[in-house]
Amino acid sequence: MLDLPRRHLLRGGLSLGGLTFLTGCDISDTDAVQRALAAVSRWNDRVQAALFSGTRLAPTFDERLAVKDFRYNAWYPAEKAPRLDADTYRLRLGGLIADKRPWMVRDLHALPQESQVTRHVCVEGWNMIGKWSGTPLRVFLERVGADTSARYVGYECADGYYEGMDMATALHPQTIMAFSQSDAAIKQKHGFPFKLRIPTKLGFKNAKWVTTIFVTNTQPRGFWPDRGYNWFSGI
Amino acid sequence: MSAPVIAEQRHHFLLRLAHWSQALAILVMVGSGWRIYNQEPIFPFRFPVELTLGGGIKQTLSRSNDPGVANAIAWHFAGMWLLLAGFLLFVLYGVLSGHFRRAYFPVGPKSVLRDFIAAATFRLPHTLGVYNAVQRALYIGVLAAVLMMFVSGLAIWKPVQLAWITFLLGGFQGARIVHFMFMAAIVGFVIVHVALVAIVPKTLQSMVLGRATARAHAPAGE
Repeated sequence: MLDLPRRHLLRGGLSLGGLTFLTGCDISDTDAVQRALAAVSRWNDRVQAALFSGTRLAPTFDERLAVKDFRYNAWYPAEKAPRLDADTYRLRLGGLIADKRPWMVRDLHALPQESQVTRHVCVEGWNMIGKWSGTPLRVFLERVGADTSARYVGYECADGYYEGMDMATALHPQTIMAFSQSDAAIKQKHGFPFKLRIPTKLGFKNAKWVTTIFVTNTQPRGFWPDRGYNWFSGI
Repeated sequence: MSAPVIAEQRHHFLLRLAHWSQALAILVMVGSGWRIYNQEPIFPFRFPVELTLGGGIKQTLSRSNDPGVANAIAWHFAGMWLLLAGFLLFVLYGVLSGHFRRAYFPVGPKSVLRDFIAAATFRLPHTLGVYNAVQRALYIGVLAAVLMMFVSGLAIWKPVQLAWITFLLGGFQGARIVHFMFMAAIVGFVIVHVALVAIVPKTLQSMVLGRATARAHAPAGE
């Protein structure tokens, strides 16, 4: 049925596919490819910053849709999640902030709070609607005299996790320090005493067990962005 | 003396550039998309990891504690620009040059059905440079499918900034399913397309070199 040139063609077609897929491992793992992909990722940061609106709100949902038994997600099991003590916990502040005095849990709880029922979207592809309540990060940053004309807010966590976001997102009205979830104090495995709830960012930017917040003009590194994920990760 | 040329197919350089950009981009998008899908499958199956793009799983696990999903996403969000460029060039060239109007139209359900039955019973002759109704419908269809991949991809990428698109596609999970379905349609198209090119290799010649001819003594195809 097939004549000789056609056989060549088929073989050529197969090896072209092979180059791209079967040796895909080799292609992806070379430094040159990694650098090129990282360069496009930085370009995508800029595109996403341009798409982001500081006033456009994430869709909100009826409270009945909020999942109470929320999915736990980290690179280690929930049993190993940090256990922070409400009495000894201190939130440290750094960078371009006027009043860097550390904060205790009861002082944080005295701040004004808001609730939201929003969708958490994970970079892995799953999503879950939850209800969170807490203080808008903007209110907190203004209270401590942060330079909100700076470019970034970075944060560090009790488990060694670290992340950062652009100032526009930090000042977004739905970016909150969530002290409670489903109308109860946020569970230990979900970030007690608080997690940063950022409904305009992918889940991995929503850091748990936050122990340090700093303001900076240098783009803060992120745990997963250091492992190849996109830095801006807006949704 | 060689036999007279009875049919000819020509493809402008811009059209070939747009075609091959999209071909490469689709390979990258499908390969990386399957790796991303595997991390959180919609349906009760995963794609064989050898067919996916995103690096060796062992390498990325040791380098970054991640099974190549970061890598696949980086490929996906780089490939999308190549696909967008190729798609826009193809559509702009096709519309402005009149190529779409001449080569894809007229087409209608009657002629598609007629040519499909003829093809299925091996009675559809292939004339180099002229698309039959099934081809026309498929080419229009795959362009529409690529367009829908952009729409559903935006709905997944930006469910807050472009929440209205996500809403129109039935929410975040709905958008993922739409994205999957049009991926399947494109993969189906690619399989049929490549199989037909293998049967009529001259079409590959014209898509690479820009011109192919069929002569009277050696009709193209069967």
